Amino acid sequence: MNLKPETIEKIDKLVPRYPTMRSAALPLCHLVQEDQGYLSNEAMEWIAQRLDLQPINIIEIVSFYPMLRTEPTGQYHVRVCRTLPCALAGAYQTCHRFEEEFGCKVGHTSADGKVTLEFVECHADCGKGPVVMVGEDEYTDIDPEKASELASKMKSGELSNGLPA
Amino acid sequence: MKIESIVENITINIDGQDVDVPKGINIIEAVKMAGKGKEVPHYCYHPKLSIAGNCRMCMVEMGMPMRDRTTGEAILEEDGSPKIGWMPKPTIGCATNASPGMHIRTHSDMVKESRNGVTEFLLINHPLDCPICDQAGECRLQEFSAEHGRGYSRFIEDKNVKPKRTRLGPRVTLDDERCILCSRCVRFSKEIANDDVLGFVDRGTYSTLTCYPGKELAHNYSLNTVDICPVGALTSTDFRFKMRVWFLKRTHSICTESSIGANTEIWSREGKIYRITPRRNDEVNDTWMTDSGRDLFKPIESEDRLTHYTIEGVHTTCDEAAASVVKLIQAGDVALVGSAHSSVEEQFFYKQIADRSGAKVSLVSHQGEGDGLLLSEDRSPNLRGALVTGLITELPEARLETLAREINSGAVKTIFAVNEDLTELGISKEALAKVNVIYVGTHANATSEVASVVLPSLSVFEKDGTFINQSFRLQRFKAAVPGPRGVEPDYTVLEKIAAPLSQEKPASLTIDLVWERMAPKISQFDDSFRWRSLPDDGVALNASAFLDLDFVETKNLKYDPAAFKEAHAAPVEA
Amino acid sequence: MEHKETRLIFKHIDEPGYTNDIDCYMQYGGYEQLKKAVTMKPEDICAEVLTSGVRGRGGAGFPAGMKWKFLDRKSGKPIYLICNADESEPGTFKDRQIIHQDPHQLIEGMMCAAFAIQAKLAFIYIRGEFFQGYRILEKAIEEARSKNFLGDNILGSGYSCDIIVHRGAGAYICGEETGLIESLEGFRANPRIKPPYFPAALGAYQCPTIVNNVETLCDVKHIVEMGGEAFAKIGTPGNTGTRIWCVSGHVQKPGYYEFACADITLGQLIYDVCGGLKPGRKLKAVIPGGSSAKILRADERFKGKLKDGSEFDWGIEDIPMDFDSLAAVGSMSGSGGVIVMDDTTDMVEALANINYFYAHESCGQCTPCREGVPWMRKVTQRMVDGEAREEDADLLKSIADQIAGRTICAFGEAASWPVQSFIAKFKDEFVEKAKEQAARRKEGKATATETTLI
Repeated sequence: MNLKPETIEKIDKLVPRYPTMRSAALPLCHLVQEDQGYLSNEAMEWIAQRLDLQPINIIEIVSFYPMLRTEPTGQYHVRVCRTLPCALAGAYQTCHRFEEEFGCKVGHTSADGKVTLEFVECHADCGKGPVVMVGEDEYTDIDPEKASELASKMKSGELSNGLPA
Repeated sequence: MKIESIVENITINIDGQDVDVPKGINIIEAVKMAGKGKEVPHYCYHPKLSIAGNCRMCMVEMGMPMRDRTTGEAILEEDGSPKIGWMPKPTIGCATNASPGMHIRTHSDMVKESRNGVTEFLLINHPLDCPICDQAGECRLQEFSAEHGRGYSRFIEDKNVKPKRTRLGPRVTLDDERCILCSRCVRFSKEIANDDVLGFVDRGTYSTLTCYPGKELAHNYSLNTVDICPVGALTSTDFRFKMRVWFLKRTHSICTESSIGANTEIWSREGKIYRITPRRNDEVNDTWMTDSGRDLFKPIESEDRLTHYTIEGVHTTCDEAAASVVKLIQAGDVALVGSAHSSVEEQFFYKQIADRSGAKVSLVSHQGEGDGLLLSEDRSPNLRGALVTGLITELPEARLETLAREINSGAVKTIFAVNEDLTELGISKEALAKVNVIYVGTHANATSEVASVVLPSLSVFEKDGTFINQSFRLQRFKAAVPGPRGVEPDYTVLEKIAAPLSQEKPASLTIDLVWERMAPKISQFDDSFRWRSLPDDGVALNASAFLDLDFVETKNLKYDPAAFKEAHAAPVEA
Repeated sequence: MEHKETRLIFKHIDEPGYTNDIDCYMQYGGYEQLKKAVTMKPEDICAEVLTSGVRGRGGAGFPAGMKWKFLDRKSGKPIYLICNADESEPGTFKDRQIIHQDPHQLIEGMMCAAFAIQAKLAFIYIRGEFFQGYRILEKAIEEARSKNFLGDNILGSGYSCDIIVHRGAGAYICGEETGLIESLEGFRANPRIKPPYFPAALGAYQCPTIVNNVETLCDVKHIVEMGGEAFAKIGTPGNTGTRIWCVSGHVQKPGYYEFACADITLGQLIYDVCGGLKPGRKLKAVIPGGSSAKILRADERFKGKLKDGSEFDWGIEDIPMDFDSLAAVGSMSGSGGVIVMDDTTDMVEALANINYFYAHESCGQCTPCREGVPWMRKVTQRMVDGEAREEDADLLKSIADQIAGRTICAFGEAASWPVQSFIAKFKDEFVEKAKEQAARRKEGKATATETTLI
């Protein structure tokens, strides 16, 4: 398991803070996913061993939480909020525009691997909907016009992919 | 003697009837105690597992006596009975513990409506597999749908699709579509079998039971998950598609894999056994048994089964064979190699034969690694029967070196071997050739091949009898299927040998007559014990005479050697 | 008409020049209340919170003081405090502002609360999607630790308590207090059965635990400052303090607005504060407390009796914004997420959108929710896809009735109430949709029309 030394350091500092080892399971999934981009079987088995758990205990939680993924995403991980307040603000139209721009159906990765487009549920910024996340960056008030702007910036590579360096 | 903890009984009211129940017991058990065939339907609750409370089927209406908020005084009805405040929402019975004055309704409209609802919800994604599902006939979903279902379907959408007929382990097949996510199997694997290998992946209605890729449900208790699965999601791969359960006859028996003596149920039809499942006994095995113990019926139909009485390899009658044995014994210098697999009744007869012939008795100990659960280190079911009948007074060795020496020295002329292959125990074929061998057993082996007289024996599935387990519990087993044609019960043959040794005529015996003879002669038995009237869950015997023996069993599910000794120690005289 | 907000919690939100570091916070008197709190007796702080009557602002509205009273202080087990920062109720976006712009207010409130209940360890369970918020909180905690406001021997008082920030990963059910605790312990976020697992007795790690919302814990700081009695004077009896209303949907100025309870009506909020609806549109419906709350119809008349015995007869615009009034008209203030819908909204689509959310977020543990909620989603999806039947409205209500009250946790109600209220208030639209589709089917046209909300 090829984790960066900083990640190992963070993990070693974090695990003893919790009253039980198992509590660190979800935080470790986050740290390893940030390190590797996704959680492979090898990663899940590593986490299980690190915490004296069984691999089934880890895959149980990885498959439960939508933010944890077992496959890598495209270069840009674009997530459009679809819940009612953003839908009332036009989120579905925004997503349709993204689909047209990238030639990619929502829930899939584009053929050139550049963009993974997904719907997500309420991201708690409904006053500024439609809300779009790219990596860890939030973009608000994204109507179809602004969606096209974002899309062209992604196509040119200008837009940050929103992932920590 | 340990003093039993005193359980406090309280009174609760179930459907208008006052019932006495132990305090703190859950409502499902309490309603069972109310009798009259009342049952609170449930799926995820199991008396031997932790409470999950997720199926929501065991809902009942609950009320408590009302008290004045300020004074704390009980509020009364006009007739003086306590006013009951009924909860507006139903509550789950498995997680509700009985407290004094609690009122329960198991059949009100609210309860019926909630059962209707839960049943409807369970059926909407459940595949219409009854015609091909092994669980049919013993399926709780089938049973409760008929009793508590709406009777028609309102669901016109598409059902969820999940993996079907996957191999969950070497002995278990999983159908995820049938799974109702009660989590009994997950809890069992974790809490009882100590192998946290099962879990649910994905979320919501897509939740799926699985093992981690690459891992399997392979521990020696995997088939218990099949027993407790309320639907046909987990099925036994061995039993799959073999037989409809409503054709099967059920017989109570005891597992012979080890001294645990797990209580079992033999399922057979027209003389053929199809499967073995555990039978509940809270003192011995709860509701569990090993996977390996369930296979023990397979060899009874094997090619090398001994099916005929023979003298020098020639088929003969039972009487002739017995007479031949008597002659050999009367010639003297007999060594009896008994078996810890024989029943108590048989061991009683072997003791008689040994006494009347002066034969030296030895047994063979069969040991294996204990798993701390339901497989003990002593791999024979009835070593203690041999002690109680007096057939032996000390624990046996694993090999027969002493006997081998006695053969060589010429001190032994005839060996009467019961179900042991002597060539595996330190007695060479050459040595065997020097003596007469009488063999009693179920299957052919190197010893039976050189035996002068062969007396075929019935397996535990084919005869009635009793065993005494690691806790000195006397437990009864019944014949489920007939043995090979013409083979008599062992005690019949042994009577034909024992009686002439005392110049008596062999009596015509039944198991009851055997007990009439045996009970008064064994100090740990009540004179009045009879096979037929033994309790179904066995009788604990007084073990004080044997506490100094160094039994091999270590702590397992229901046995703690140290605690056992303490409990049975003879009271000190004042 | 001008309605001035009462900015108690949101005093410094969006204030030009206000930064989320500890120096700025302390410039404005920050951590003075913690200094005061550690000199008080823990039971006195608890008494002030009880007197204040502050009710939980996470959705349930349960009085925090009473929750703290139920805490098992005699078990000998360590006590835990958990801040529920898993803000996921659709329509709610207030905790986000506190975490990102004024995190120290939360930390100070938490430490006051932790001291009051003598917690051994505190957690902030923050939703995983608040990436920046997580980093801001970690930094804030280190700043607070460096000034001895948390950690060992806080301000020399002898009391020690640390805060661990624990990230969620995208599950709404982690907002349920026992689901949160399960997630914290490293399990799937399956809520626990109550009884016996009331967090006040058997919470995190089977120890007594208090779970409170971000806004509620911030209120604790203000209660320490002004005292419970003074806090109770804000708002009305039973509805004390301020509420932050998050308005979204078809208004001109969606956003967050803090008012004392009952200081403003729903009409004033929508029309005066939020600038009313878009030009040419009329109000059709409002969900006042996050998507789990029952919907209110714009042309409905609400009549009944309040807790104090007084009678009311309101139009939708007259409803005072507080806990009890919204409950009295058959909905709830919930998490304060006010979703406004104008007459361009197709109610069947809106319900389909909501049902999809709940079907996606169901944890799958108990039968009614796991099977019933996706069933409702499939029905409304089928309806917008062009296969609606007139009886589907009654079917939906019947399914919802079978779920509510039968589940392990309140998610069952949260998923059922939208369906029950949409059908109760807008049944005509559901039946009409089926009729329209039948008519188009007869004419050989496509039955489904283009959708906007699903």
